[in-house]
Amino acid sequence: TACTTQTQTQIDRDPKQPGAMAGEKGLVLLDFWVSPFGQRVRIALAEKGLPYEYAEEDLMAGKSDRLLRANPVHKKIPVLLHDGRPVNESLIILQYLEDAFPDAPALLPSDPYARAQARFWADYVDKKVYDCGSRLWKLKGEPQAQARAEMLDILKTLDGALGDKPFFGGDKFGFVDAAFAPFTAWFHSYERYGEFSLPEVAPKIAAWAKRCGERESVAKSLYSPDKVYDFIGLLKKKYGIE
Amino acid sequence: GKMAEPVKLIGTLASPFVHRAAAALRLKGVPYELILEDLQSKSELLLKHNPIHQKVPVVLHGDRAICESLVIMEYIDEAFDGPPLLPTDPYDRATARFWAQFLEQKCSRPFWLAMWLDAGEEQKGFVKEMKENLALLEGQLQGKKFFGGDSIGYLDVAACGSAHWIYAFEEVTGVSLMGENEFPALRRWGKEYTENESVKECLPARVQLVALFSAMKDKYKMITNGMLHQKKNN
Repeated sequence: TACTTQTQTQIDRDPKQPGAMAGEKGLVLLDFWVSPFGQRVRIALAEKGLPYEYAEEDLMAGKSDRLLRANPVHKKIPVLLHDGRPVNESLIILQYLEDAFPDAPALLPSDPYARAQARFWADYVDKKVYDCGSRLWKLKGEPQAQARAEMLDILKTLDGALGDKPFFGGDKFGFVDAAFAPFTAWFHSYERYGEFSLPEVAPKIAAWAKRCGERESVAKSLYSPDKVYDFIGLLKKKYGIE
Repeated sequence: GKMAEPVKLIGTLASPFVHRAAAALRLKGVPYELILEDLQSKSELLLKHNPIHQKVPVVLHGDRAICESLVIMEYIDEAFDGPPLLPTDPYDRATARFWAQFLEQKCSRPFWLAMWLDAGEEQKGFVKEMKENLALLEGQLQGKKFFGGDSIGYLDVAACGSAHWIYAFEEVTGVSLMGENEFPALRRWGKEYTENESVKECLPARVQLVALFSAMKDKYKMITNGMLHQKKNN
């Protein structure tokens, strides 16, 4: 089995492929256990059957030299190292995997317009979900109420975009599904902080979240909603938020 | 076939985001009709085809609407034959996408704040931040004619703001980001970019931009102060 650095916060599951060595495909993923952006990459690698070495960055303790060398501009995970060369930004990493491993199962469709729609919605998730969610648990009073209203709007919009399809990609789990699936572990926290019920607000998204959770790639990459909720509690303590 | 269906570009003359779409179409050799939009009074056409963001540019290809300038550029590259906009090598593609995204994520906000905040410590801080960003872009050129090498491509078009719009902003505000001897590679690249045959045809004249930004001075200052306070409250 490959070697990883694991912290105490990485609790039950070992997210790397069993028996995988970075050497086979030369892939190393610098990541942080609960990061939805890192999880996108874990999901994509699993969907594509690509072996890799998982390397945990303990972000609560600071940023390692290895991370700062690999991503000097943003200093963030995830970073995918392919034969030592870093690829940064989760959605760019996903597209890199499409380009670099054309024989592996694709997440993007082949039709240019369908690809454009996939990129549009992945970009929408990227621009909206995490930031709005953070404001939900960081803020109080009127600004929090504003964040709540925005979150409901975002979820309803995504509900509409999904429509009656099983996945955003249609019949197949695809690019937008991989981009958004990690946030299914955050829904419970958004519901608690925002005081709403997802099945009421966005029933199709709620059903889609269950469907995603049944996929091995997603189940193996995500941590439970309770663990995410506890992690948010940790962050609040760290930032001195009541 | 699909390629032959008419292409329309909904946009404005002054927007660098609209220019990205127009330049990409011209570089790819795709004829299009420009539909000018009045952003103060948005048309049914725009709201119908971009209900989510309600912004320009929007490209209509037959009955298909594509929104978001970088998404549009990738669509144009994939839907039409013609010289490739993105590099062919996977790692080079990732690099081009990374720096295009860098412009949005790291540059747009500090740029506005550097330009439009009243002079002071905060504004100086944003000028410093923008110069650091420009230094990174300068580093990406590394003596090449264009970001991708000898041929103009995706990242050059994505970075059009740094080739042309930046100088108009500097003229109106008096804030200097691209000083005379700073960033020689970016200056040289800017000239190459703006002199490209296809780019020239859809590039708003600098005097036009200067006139527009001068007229919008008060509005931009107001928006910028709002941006700053919003961030503070988060």
